[in-house]
Amino acid sequence: MKNVTFYIIEGKSFAFYGGIIVSVFFILLGLLASYNMEHHGHIITGMNNQIVWGIPHVFAIFLILAASGVLNVASISSVFRKIFYNPLARLSALLAITLLLGGLSVLVLDLGRPDRIIVAMTSYNFKSIFAWNIILYNGFLIICAIYLWFMMQRSMQRYYPTAGLIAFTWRLILTTGTGSIFGFIVAKEAYQTAIMAPLFIALSLSLGLAIFLIVLLIDCWETHCSLGDGILRRPKKLLGILIAGVFYFVLVYHLTHLYFTGRHGVEYFILAGGGIYTVLFWGGYMFLGTILPLALLYHERFTHSRISIAAASLLTLVGGMSLLYVIIIGGQVYPLEIFPGKEIVSSVFVADTYSYTPSIWEIMLGLSGIAIASLLTVTAVRILPFMPRSLADTDIDETFKG
Amino acid sequence: MNVSNQNRRDFLKKSAAITIAPGVLLYSISQAHHTERPVKSTTRWGMLIDTNKCINDCTACLDACTEEHGLTEEVPIEIKPVWIRKVTLRDKQTGKESSLPIMCQHCEKPPCVDVCPTGASFKRDDGIVLVDRHICIGCRYCMMACPYKARSFVHEALENQKPHSPRGKGTVEACNFCVYRIDTGVGPACIEACETAGHQAMIYGDINNPDSEIHKKLKEMSSSVLRPDLKLNPGVRYQGL
Repeated sequence: MKNVTFYIIEGKSFAFYGGIIVSVFFILLGLLASYNMEHHGHIITGMNNQIVWGIPHVFAIFLILAASGVLNVASISSVFRKIFYNPLARLSALLAITLLLGGLSVLVLDLGRPDRIIVAMTSYNFKSIFAWNIILYNGFLIICAIYLWFMMQRSMQRYYPTAGLIAFTWRLILTTGTGSIFGFIVAKEAYQTAIMAPLFIALSLSLGLAIFLIVLLIDCWETHCSLGDGILRRPKKLLGILIAGVFYFVLVYHLTHLYFTGRHGVEYFILAGGGIYTVLFWGGYMFLGTILPLALLYHERFTHSRISIAAASLLTLVGGMSLLYVIIIGGQVYPLEIFPGKEIVSSVFVADTYSYTPSIWEIMLGLSGIAIASLLTVTAVRILPFMPRSLADTDIDETFKG
Repeated sequence: MNVSNQNRRDFLKKSAAITIAPGVLLYSISQAHHTERPVKSTTRWGMLIDTNKCINDCTACLDACTEEHGLTEEVPIEIKPVWIRKVTLRDKQTGKESSLPIMCQHCEKPPCVDVCPTGASFKRDDGIVLVDRHICIGCRYCMMACPYKARSFVHEALENQKPHSPRGKGTVEACNFCVYRIDTGVGPACIEACETAGHQAMIYGDINNPDSEIHKKLKEMSSSVLRPDLKLNPGVRYQGL
């Protein structure tokens, strides 16, 4: 492998300033939403006493999963020693940090008392997976920063594989923790299953790689850096495998539930009679997020096109978002089975059914998470050399044969 | 004596009074007779609800809870604070109908306490499950975890809170078993209201105490808990369900 050189982007283009302006605009919208939610309370959101986690959580978990998954590229380079991925490792670790910061910002700003963030950092109940996640998220940020430092400073490069191994292990634990937030909930039929952890790991890998490919394609389109077909082909194939991997876990999750008689109700709700949740599952996740990207990545007619790769990556994100919406919100909308064998004739002081429609404030807050990640990424590549000067196949691997 | 000496003397006298007076006051408060019972782990506060005596259209317990804790804000029903609610159930096979109030079940192994990241949800030694509003960050994970939907989130700013029952925007709340009344030997407001209404459908007491009425009744008659499959051992038991 040739010595790869990295550079700081010039940051004079229209796209650079446009990206910054759009990001700042959405961040301001998010701050406005957060201020309003803090000032008026969550009454201005679509959340209620049954659907307690709304679309901000979908955005936050989407970004947190993507942060963990996007580090995969660096892991393949340092843990599995695939030199083809070496030039991309810096960008991969950077995105891991920025996406996580975006996701955590949304999560914190959606708290009922975001001003008590210090309490969350200092007062721990170690039986809570949520408390463990706070430690795992903060630890991940520190580990990724050290990993980057070892990557970028020549004198520290001998420790780079060790840091890579620690980061790889840590992010697997982190995503296990994120999945377990739902897996450990005994009350709700849609959750309460250990498969949530591997499902979230698989989802994180596919989302992370999709985001990485999109960022790479945008960057190389914008800076006219040469990007070889060879270097695109491997992550493209990997993306297909990861999409199939997510589908496998989703399939096992639903088959297991369909086997348990007690869970037929929730399965019927998600798969057939759940309105928007059924539409999002079949249309958003299955068709747009699984079948279509797999066709784009593997069908002979599309497989060689870069537009196909970009479209497949975008569709993977649409599918992941849909799946998370179905899991997080659909799982809460389905009523609790408090009285098995009985039907509720009437109830006082409580609504018969609960529904959820996200308010504009929640959507603004959620989008600001993506904007925070974008702004931090663009700023970082303008300050430090994260981007490889060339990604032409022969510059990465002299023995490359097309 | 010159004027400045007199002023200095006055100043010292006032300073001494200001410094010592609060100390004396605090000392006298600390030495005052305690009316509260100590919280003991040998106690397990519980409630027994006889669904045969609970009248379908009676809301005495609900009204009492609303009044006692100041849950009076006028908001849509989906975000209304619900510390206690009533449901009428029909058995799918027999068609038998029963009416019952539901509140925090004060589980022995409460999932809300397990999942709370900061420890704001906690269980007292005597089995009462509470929320420490000072360290609740409003993450709502406890609401996700509660199998009885017994918790509410305060969705807007509050006015006219009751000093004995603290509440606050952005935090989670639930039935606190009228803990401040229990500690002074008075029963929960809902139970008192049920008695006043003449139904006697609810009793409370120390389940562990063999001399208590609730202990004797639980020993004599069969009772059930909600979601027994979860093995949370709730402190609230039902008869005739």
